[in-house]
Parts: sequence; structure tokens; C-alpha cells
Amino acid sequence: MSAGFYFGVEVFLNGLMAGVMYSLVALGFVLIFKASGIFNYAQGVMALFAAMTLVGFQNGQVPFAHLINTIFGTELHHFGWHLPAFVAILMSLGVMILFAYIVERFILKHLVNQEPIILFMATIGLAYFMEGFGDLMWGSEIKKMDVGIPQGGNLWIEESTAFLGGDGFYGFYLDTLDIYATVIAAILVVSLVVFSKYSKTGRALRAVADDHQAALSVGISLRTIWVIVWAIAGFVALVAGIMWGSKSGVQFSLSLIALKALPVLMLGGFTSIPGAIIGGMIIGVGEKMFEFLIGAPFLGGATENWFAYMLALLFLVFRPQGLFGEKIIERV
Amino acid sequence: MFYREAGDFKTSYSKDEQTFPIKLDRTGYYAVMLFAFCVVPFMVNDYWASAVLLPFLIYAIAVIGLNILIGYCGQLSLGSGGFMAVGAYSSYKLMTSFPDLSMVIVILLSGLITALVGTAFGLPSLRIKGFYLAVATLAAQFFLVWLFNKVAWFYNYSASGQISAPERTIFGFYITGPNTQPAVAYLFCLAFAVGLAWVARNMTRSNTGRKWMAIRDMDIAAEIIGVNPLKAKLSAFAVSSFYIGVAGALLFSVYLGAAEVGESFGMSKSFLLVFMVIIGGLGSMFGSFAGAAFMVLLPVLLKNIMVGQLGWATDIAAHFEFVIVGLLIVIFLIVEPHGLAALWRVAKDKLRLWPFPH
Repeated sequence: MSAGFYFGVEVFLNGLMAGVMYSLVALGFVLIFKASGIFNYAQGVMALFAAMTLVGFQNGQVPFAHLINTIFGTELHHFGWHLPAFVAILMSLGVMILFAYIVERFILKHLVNQEPIILFMATIGLAYFMEGFGDLMWGSEIKKMDVGIPQGGNLWIEESTAFLGGDGFYGFYLDTLDIYATVIAAILVVSLVVFSKYSKTGRALRAVADDHQAALSVGISLRTIWVIVWAIAGFVALVAGIMWGSKSGVQFSLSLIALKALPVLMLGGFTSIPGAIIGGMIIGVGEKMFEFLIGAPFLGGATENWFAYMLALLFLVFRPQGLFGEKIIERV
Repeated sequence: MFYREAGDFKTSYSKDEQTFPIKLDRTGYYAVMLFAFCVVPFMVNDYWASAVLLPFLIYAIAVIGLNILIGYCGQLSLGSGGFMAVGAYSSYKLMTSFPDLSMVIVILLSGLITALVGTAFGLPSLRIKGFYLAVATLAAQFFLVWLFNKVAWFYNYSASGQISAPERTIFGFYITGPNTQPAVAYLFCLAFAVGLAWVARNMTRSNTGRKWMAIRDMDIAAEIIGVNPLKAKLSAFAVSSFYIGVAGALLFSVYLGAAEVGESFGMSKSFLLVFMVIIGGLGSMFGSFAGAAFMVLLPVLLKNIMVGQLGWATDIAAHFEFVIVGLLIVIFLIVEPHGLAALWRVAKDKLRLWPFPH
């Protein structure tokens, strides 16, 4: 086999893992869409906010330090402690649950029964708000995240696959972080599926997803369910934030991964958790392979920005509800 | 007392169907037009033109276009930034390839080119609906921005990748370039805004507009009563893209003068336009202008207060702007989901009975 073929395989594997990273974000979308029919654009910003909060807690930053200093003329920066990653993660999770409660209490409660586009717009407003709020709270500079996930290429895989190729091939280069992400995403999906299948709350979640009014009439509290769903989405956002933040630093561009997750959703269907995972893999592999085979050699590169959307668009023309979405039945 | 229908007798069908059936409204409209065309040009200075009036008029054109698509035809589009880029780059190519072409024709032709592109990207709307379509229009946004970045022909192989408008005159006045008088640029944009708004208003209450609204309210039912969804949806995409293209061409040539596609026509522009539509009010001409005015004035106001009055650092002010804009959007949606236009309507209904409500 030629080295070119193995490079292709390497690109394929890396695409697969990039796809898993996209799915991590897409999962949060699917959860909220299923339970409340809201297309939550703020999911990406939630990931950014969760990551910022985590780093802030870990380094003992004073929230709103910059603002307080400007108004009162003080010189606050850090509390001067350094929390272990585990404690900081738990505290950030607490913040995300609080956030879920606030969103339900102050936004969703007032928007029941509005058209989907109005709810969508509200989440865009929420995204703007959180973006500014996060920057005010923790500062907008690029932060380094370190929760103990090893970085860099995985030597073991590289060495043990080096024998495959001939000249110019030294084994598959895979990022350790991506492998961690894949494992964590798998655990996350399995636990979510188990949770929604076998727990009482999970059954209530599925009932709400099926039919709001029927769920209400058997005594399920919609508002509690929404808080739970947003809290779970916040947790997923935290996981995605940790993964993406460890990979490329905590900065504004983290919120743009939401845009990467949208084509994943279209492809997998807005209502399917396995769809989000498989859609993510198809998109990840598709865009990396397209860039490798066609984009970089013939089109001048940087095709990754739009290829996912075009792929999803073509796909939708043949299957308007996505790969695993529920069939759309329309009646007059 | 003065604002009422009573005593204003309509004696012909055309009078019965006019846009402003109440006399005070009509007078107000003519007064605003007179003020805008005859008084403002003599008062306008450089700061007002470039900070408030020009962006307001240009965004108003784009918002009318987007409102036709979202508010009248019910097709959510998030790709308008990309379509504005098409308008801007076509006007640039037309201006540099045909130096003698009149600016009015350049702008209108750019609109037509954008209409073609918009129709092509509107084709999936026949298969895909709702949020799936909204996400699909993002494909247009990303693809077009990438295209204008990568293909050097579009920016005439300039080293910086920017496009900058050459100097052009209309009736002997500079309309683009550094020597433009603010009043001239203002009048040029105003003429486009008023003319296009007039066309749009009349189009939305014509045969075509009724078909759009039928599709918006329920497309299957509309199909059953004989509305051709292919024609209705694609015509909405075409007309909407024409308006957005004209706005993009004006934004680049008259207002900005130089543009870089990712910065001037990125995602945030698409969202800005959608916000303007929502805050102004879906399916309303007045709302389009009100939404554009609101979103143009708000950042100027906030910046003046926070940086000018309180003396805060600009980065804190910028973050606060995000917080406040986000909050306002959410509050607006909760308090009045139908936007400023609905508030205006409520106010007028109250005025009708004032001061004797019983």
C-alpha cells in the first residue's frame, strides 16, 4: 500500500474524531429541541460560558473584576487560590444548573405557546446576552484550560502502526485529546440513552417530547422538565466546552462551534440522539476528506467552512427530515 | 379627536383601498416626505449622515427585503449577509468594468444579479421547511463569503483582498469616493429607500403578495386553493434578494467605500437584519423602518452614554452593548412578539378614541 493511501486513512480517522467533537455540541441542541421544540442557538455560547466559568473558578478569578475596578477604582484580580479541576467542574455544573433555572423562570415561562421562530429569536438574544455577560464576568482574553487531559499526538498508536507503510509513513498521527473526547462522547450518549429509557424522569422527558398537552394531563410538570432539560444541555455544553477549550483555548471562537453543529443536526435530524452522533461523524469525515482530496489541491483550501452545509443541504433535498428524524406528517 | 375615520367619506374604490385611509395619517406621511427630502438635506452633517442616516436608510431597504421573505412569505432566511455581499461585489465589478454606466443602473443591476443568486439558493425551500430551511440558508452565507474570499477575479486581484469603490458622479455630484457630500449620499439612498418601499408596499397587497401570505399561513392549504408554491416561494426569494442586493450595493459603494467580505458581510450582519425584522414587526412596512432605526440608533446611543458620559473603557462598553442588545431582544419578544409595528398599531387604536374612550 502506498503512503498516500495511509494518509487518506489518517485523514479519515481524524475526521471521525472531529465529527465526534461536533456531535458533543449537537447533542445539546437535540435534547432541548426534543423536549421543548426550541431550537437553541445559544448552545455554542453556553459551551463557551461553561468553559470560561470553569477556568475562572480554577484560577480563582474575581467575577466582574474589570467592571468593578472601572466603577469603584479598585484593583481586584484574583482571590489567590487554585482549585483542583474536579471541584471547579462541580462548581461550573452548579452554575449551569442555576442558569437553566433562570432561563426557565425569566424567559421560557413567558414564551409558552409562541411561534417557533419567536422562541428561536429569543435564544439568539440569549446568546448575545451570554456572550457579553461572560466577557464582563471573566474577561475576554484567551485563556488556557488545563483539567488534566493529556495533549499532543498519541505516541503508542503512532509507533504501533508505523510498520504498515513503507517510506515516508511513520504511523497514524492521532490527537490524544480527540481519543479522550470520543470515549467521553460515547459514555455521555450511552448514559443519556439509559437515563431517558430507565429512569422516571427520563420517561417524563420522553412523554413531554411526544406531546406537551398529554404530558401535562397525566401530571408531569412542564416547567420542571424544562429546567431539567436545560440543565442537562448545560452539562453537555460544559463537557463540550472542556473538550474544545482544552483543544484550542477558551476564547470567543469557541461559541462558533454551534455553527459547526448545525449541519450535523440537519443531517442527523433535529430529534434523534444517535442521529447527532452519526451525523457528526459523516460531517467530520466528509469535510476532512473533501478538503484533503478536492478542496486543498483544486479549490484553494478552507472549504471546511461551507462544505458541511452543502453536504447537509444536498442530503436534505432527498430526505427532508434528516437521516434519523421523525417523519414529518403534515395535515391541513 | 382628530385621528378618526368619521367624516372622511370614500367615494371611489381607489380611495377606499389607499394605504393611509385616515386623513391625519396621510398628512403625516406627506409631511415626513417633505421633511426628509427638502429639510434634512440642508441640515445634515458628516457625523449624522455616516453614523445614523445612511445606515438607517440602507438597512431599511435590506429589512424590507428580508421582511418580504420572512414576514410575508414565512421562509426564515439566515443568509442575507451573503446576499448583501453579492450585491456589493456585483456593483464593484460593474463599476470597474463599465466606468461610464450610471450609478442608478449599477445599483439596480446588482440587485438583479443578487435576485438570480437568491432564487438559486431559494430552490431548496420547495423541499425543506422551517428550521431546516433556516440552517440551509446558512450554506449560502458561508459559501458566498468563501467564494468572494478565494476567487481573486471578484476583487480584481487586489493585493489586500479588499474592494474599494471608485469615484462616480450623478448629475455632476460625487456619489461615491472620498469627495462625497453627505447630503448627496443621503438623498441618493433616500430616493432608493422611498421608491423601493413604495413598490414593496404595493406588491404586498397585490396578487403576488396575497399568494405569499397564503403560503406563509399554510403552504399545503395554499397549494390546494390554487397557489403555485414554486412560483410564490421563488418570487419571494427573488424579490427579497433584489432588495437585499440593492442594500448591499449601496452599503458598499455609498456608505462604506471599501469592504472586506468576511468583516462587512459576515454572519453577524445576517443576524442583525433578522433582529431588525423581528423587533420592527413581521410583515409590516412601518416595522421595517422602525426596526432598522432602532438597531442603528441603539449602539450609537449606548456608546455615547457609556464611553462619552461615563468614560468607561471601550471593551467594557462593547461587552455591555452585547448584554443590553440581547436583553432587549428577549424583553421585546416577551412583551410584544409582533414588534414595534404592533406597538404603533395599539397606540393608533387608542388615539382613535382619545380623549373620550366611552
